[in-house]
Amino acid sequence: MSDIDKIISSKLPKGRSLWQDGLRRLWKRKLAMICFAVILIYFLLAGFIYAAELFHWHVGPIQWQEEVGRQYESPGWKHVFGTDIFGQSVLRKMLYGAKISITVALCASIISIVIGVPLGAIAGYFRGVTDEIIVWVYSTLSSIPYILLILAFAVVLRDKALFGYKLTGITTVYLAIGLTSWVGICRLIRGEVIKHKNREYVMAAQSYGCSNSRIIFRHLLPNVFHLVIIDFSLRFVSFIHAEVILSFLGLGEATRPSWGAMINDARIELSRGVWWQMAAATAAIFFISLALNIFGDALRDSLDPKLRIQ
Amino acid sequence: MITYIIRRLLYTIPIVLGVLLLTFTLFTLVGGDISLEIAGKNASKETINEIRQEYGLNKPLFLAWDSQLVNHFKNALTFNFGRARDREPVIDKIKRGAGPSLALMVPMFIGEVVISISLALVIAFVRGSKWDVMAVVLCVAGMSIPYLSFILFGQYFLAYKWGFFPVFFSPDLAPPQYVALPVLIGIVTGLGGNLRFYRTVMLDEMRNDYVRTAFAKGLGTGTVLFKHVLKNAMIPIITQVVLAIPFLFLGSLLLERFFGIPGLGYLMIEAIGSRDYLIINAMTYISAILFVLFNVITDICYAFVDPRISLE
Repeated sequence: MSDIDKIISSKLPKGRSLWQDGLRRLWKRKLAMICFAVILIYFLLAGFIYAAELFHWHVGPIQWQEEVGRQYESPGWKHVFGTDIFGQSVLRKMLYGAKISITVALCASIISIVIGVPLGAIAGYFRGVTDEIIVWVYSTLSSIPYILLILAFAVVLRDKALFGYKLTGITTVYLAIGLTSWVGICRLIRGEVIKHKNREYVMAAQSYGCSNSRIIFRHLLPNVFHLVIIDFSLRFVSFIHAEVILSFLGLGEATRPSWGAMINDARIELSRGVWWQMAAATAAIFFISLALNIFGDALRDSLDPKLRIQ
Repeated sequence: MITYIIRRLLYTIPIVLGVLLLTFTLFTLVGGDISLEIAGKNASKETINEIRQEYGLNKPLFLAWDSQLVNHFKNALTFNFGRARDREPVIDKIKRGAGPSLALMVPMFIGEVVISISLALVIAFVRGSKWDVMAVVLCVAGMSIPYLSFILFGQYFLAYKWGFFPVFFSPDLAPPQYVALPVLIGIVTGLGGNLRFYRTVMLDEMRNDYVRTAFAKGLGTGTVLFKHVLKNAMIPIITQVVLAIPFLFLGSLLLERFFGIPGLGYLMIEAIGSRDYLIINAMTYISAILFVLFNVITDICYAFVDPRISLE
């Protein structure tokens, strides 16, 4: 590079990628960043509980089984959210529930992304018979009411052995949610890939002899992947709510505290005037859902201004 | 038009076949032999064999005229779903549950559609003001409260504590009495999401040129909203409304469970508890059939509302 080139390139404004642009727009939204912080706290909490269990740290949330007081002590300085029927701290159970919920929602998201995104891309790229088969499969799945489908999967998979590994508790839950929830993202990616397929960059890749799989995974998917992130920031909420309903119906985690199980306990407690377990679980679900809803909307507006809803 | 309807109906065949394959995979291949569970722990070999005989579990899975796969298809197409654990035919249970479920869901559904569309029109009228912002904030907050909390707190305060409504279903209550509270809770729960959806639909419509023209020629806001905007917003509204109808049949699982209403949702929850695959299978199949049918109806409605569509 000659000196002149260096001078020119140092004077030129630095280019920004679309991602940088999007994240810069997102950074400017204060509310969205607060929500992001809230979401991060939930994730860190879940991670912390995993670490604590792994390294046997003596911290509150993983010692939820300990009796810290009498039965049904009301909230106060000693127990922020009171105690439950066994004298266990409701606060600890609530914090532990974050681990279960985040694990389920995260695993379900990963399963449905791993199934839905490649299938959608393949259907949209190849069209023809492949496309018809994939569309047929997801149309079939989407013709069954979502909650019924999840319940059917959860009931059937429960206590079944898969590759010698018995499916219990939350494994069943995230498998049931993940295996039924890839339809939305698959449809979205398929539509987007069909749009992108005839753009110049794909034709350029084809003309210099890229293989189909390279075009799909290295060229097309990076250009539509922001949709996956947007979609899942909003879908995550429905996964958390689905986990709560499944645990409530007794199809989820049976031995460890989860928000759904806490609400199930609260059903009987409420008639005795014990409202704190219910309030704790509701608050825990409410704040992460609210944060995810607001953050997901902001993310959509920032990353894909075309989708923007005024 | 007739060819359009026929073509549309033919498209449903592969979907129904797909649903049948899916239910077969789920409940027969993955679900496995349920005869031991039905018979109980101390059943003799003869009883188990009898049960396997009745449910056809002793037959080959595929590749025979009398295989379980063929029988699965045959039974579904003739709506013969076998007998539940208590020996009552599944189809009778479903027929009995449909009434209470519809008594709950129809008023809830109509109320929700009417309320959210009218509120959305009001919001379209005050768009951009602080009322609009407040409505959106309330919608997002409402969407974030778990469904179960709405039901539990609603039942606790409105029925149990303040006694405005009966707490549980009982056979001597008339339908308006026992469904009033569940309907109210159902409407409030769904309002956030629905209102937000219809608001977007209306606001998208408000940005069109014809709305500006209508205002410019001096029409009143009411006329523009009801005669112009509402009419043009019909396509997304129909999609949302008609495709929600098959879910009415399912009732609301959780509402029925909490209020003890003996509808289909209640039946489903019981079936989950006792792992009665036959009931779950029948419910899955019937709701899928209804969904597919209503999908066809939606498409026909489109063609009526927007004549440009049937030309495609």
